[in-house]
Amino acid sequence: MSVAHDHDHGHDDAHGGHHHHEPTFMERYIIPTDHKYIAQQYLWTGMFMALFGGFYAYLFRMQMAFPDMWIPFFGRLSAMEYNAAITQHGSVMIFWVAMPVLIAAFGNFLIPLMIGADDMVFPRLNRLSYQLFLLSAIILIASWFVPNGAFGGAWTAYPPLSGDGNYSLTPMGSSMWLVAVAVEFAAFLVGGINFIVTAMNARAPGMRWNDVPMIVWMICIASLLFMASVGPLIAGAVMLFFDQNLGTNFFDPRRGGDPILWQHLFWFFGHPEVYVVLLPATGMVAEIVPVFARKKLFAYDSVLYTAIGTGVLSFFVWAHHQFVAGIDPRMANVFTITTVLISIPIAEMIFLYIATLYGGSIRFTTPMLWALGVVFSFLIGGVTGIYRGASGADMYFHDTYFVVAHFHFTFFPIAFIGTFAGFTYWFPKMFGRMMNDTLGKVHFWGTMISFHGIFLPLFATGLGGDHRRIYNYNHFADLATPDLQMLRIISTVSLLILIAFQFVFIYNTFKSLFWGPIAGTNPWKATTLEWTTPENPPSHGNWPPNAMPSVYRGAYEYSVPGRDEDYWPQNVPNKAG
Amino acid sequence: MTTAGVVHLRPQGVRREGGVPSLTLATMLFVCCELMFFAALISAHAIGRANLPMWPPLDQPRLPIESTAFNTLVLLVSGVLVTVGGRRLEAEESSGRRLLALGTAAGLGFVLLQGVEWVRLLGQGLTLQSSAYGGFFYLIVGAHALHALAGLAALGWTLRAASTVGVSRDAMLAARLYWVFVVFLWPVLYWRVYL
Repeated sequence: MSVAHDHDHGHDDAHGGHHHHEPTFMERYIIPTDHKYIAQQYLWTGMFMALFGGFYAYLFRMQMAFPDMWIPFFGRLSAMEYNAAITQHGSVMIFWVAMPVLIAAFGNFLIPLMIGADDMVFPRLNRLSYQLFLLSAIILIASWFVPNGAFGGAWTAYPPLSGDGNYSLTPMGSSMWLVAVAVEFAAFLVGGINFIVTAMNARAPGMRWNDVPMIVWMICIASLLFMASVGPLIAGAVMLFFDQNLGTNFFDPRRGGDPILWQHLFWFFGHPEVYVVLLPATGMVAEIVPVFARKKLFAYDSVLYTAIGTGVLSFFVWAHHQFVAGIDPRMANVFTITTVLISIPIAEMIFLYIATLYGGSIRFTTPMLWALGVVFSFLIGGVTGIYRGASGADMYFHDTYFVVAHFHFTFFPIAFIGTFAGFTYWFPKMFGRMMNDTLGKVHFWGTMISFHGIFLPLFATGLGGDHRRIYNYNHFADLATPDLQMLRIISTVSLLILIAFQFVFIYNTFKSLFWGPIAGTNPWKATTLEWTTPENPPSHGNWPPNAMPSVYRGAYEYSVPGRDEDYWPQNVPNKAG
Repeated sequence: MTTAGVVHLRPQGVRREGGVPSLTLATMLFVCCELMFFAALISAHAIGRANLPMWPPLDQPRLPIESTAFNTLVLLVSGVLVTVGGRRLEAEESSGRRLLALGTAAGLGFVLLQGVEWVRLLGQGLTLQSSAYGGFFYLIVGAHALHALAGLAALGWTLRAASTVGVSRDAMLAARLYWVFVVFLWPVLYWRVYL
């Protein structure tokens, strides 16, 4: 009878038997189901969006340093355009750069390769995920060109400003922004489900839970956090959309609504979201540091527990964004405690990465520099967060540039330093060629120094009382702080330097893509499964169907005593020694 | 491809030895996400309720508690029928299809009765704009109705595919799981919104 045999089909059915026919150009590049091509679609789309995010940053930083002056490549920035620029910069960088690149691109590329699968469990769902994401990006970009321009109510979209076209002055822009965000979340929801199911059900034979590479864990935990937190935001987005377009009164106090309610719904998602992008970046550090220290990841289990602990705690900290929003002070105390608590697992994780370095034979390659850069810079962001987590201190810091500097010291290390770490490390596997190490280091030092040049001064201006989201301080007698103008100019000039150094990266990427030296299948002598594919870059199916890998040990067996080579790949049987 | 007299079964997808089938796992994850969505709506509703001095506001019509209680019963019966019918269909018993079809029809009846109630309430002046009371009512009940329609579409597709192109046992289980979620969510919504 049919029932007994149903379970034996395994991997072969995942694609409905597509192995035998050669994909056309359309199937391969435009609407692929292969996880590696979907990863590249996400990667390039995310990096393309980063150009817009960066351009917006350029616009408003120029306005801050040189108020009301003519900005090269743009002209004069009006107050409306300034608001739109800061809003779109935040939205683009978090939702259309950090998430697609860190989670979707690397998750798609790495999860099947690292667990020894031929593809995602649901390849067509995966394709749908990218298509929804692309649609959301198109809606967002379109919203910049509608009458009255793009939404300018900040990326947090607090009502009543966002809830009524008469307040925001961008009736179309704000609704399109909301729709774009909602569609994008549907895309990541589909993708996240796929990641978790794949990691649970498609692992290579012999791969136990503690043989799974840390980045796979991190992306799965991040996907879980995203899935558990996104529902409330979607609910809030629907309500806000109704407020905007159907005349309901959920959030507008003038009509009996509750604006604080939106803040709860938004930050219940928004704070776990920080860890959704943080965890994949720390996962990359966990992959890269052992390879270039030639040493086992220190305390694999503890790294995992700290990530889970962070993930759980991240659901109990959201109201620290609302200490001045009029919430009950007793509740503020509770959220102060949970917020400060969350620094414990993250601090422990950073200690574990440093402990991995201890006694290793460290090679400062470009990916290693970036990975250490994540640890170094994120530490500054994390430590300044402790001040802000305390509700008393936060009353003073709230809505100043200190906040801006703090969260850029978390997001920039995650979204850019982390991405560069992963990109330079897996570039040989993605494209089969090596990147230029010298240009990579030039790019690293240029980016790191100028990044600190942007945001260290902003800590000082924030402490000096500079309020966020002010178009021109000279328009407000009690906000004008001319003695801080030099710091603002230093910050803006650093941004220009940072942007200039990105051209080194773009040049290096495209040069290496076409003319870089051919990389072997395992140029870094790493142990994880993605480096064991017979072809480089891996072909469709990653391994030949009759030679799928099996796993015999953990992911970080470096410098094992008694072996000739200092690395011991996961797929080498024990007898072969 | 395996075929039997009653159900046109297709092979299963990927699963690990002793693990949960992929499609089931994916559906469970999706349902968890949906639960968070409705939890947010319910808590927003509780806040909206606490913010108003009178709930429901004096000038707003009362919700039909009794007829909706009956309708709740219809939906619960649908849940039982779909569960029993789905199990039998997966075991390739011929009675399964009839029960599953009956359960699907009961679910459709639930949505239709809800629609009739909506028309009546709209006539009495309860609209999205009339108050937060009306707004939350249509938002939450409407969100559930959309989920019910999606679940019914999945069940209808299962029924059709079982006799035509074929359906895997996992897919049947996934549709059934989703419907159970829709059914057992409703009493909670009824309690919070109507009572």
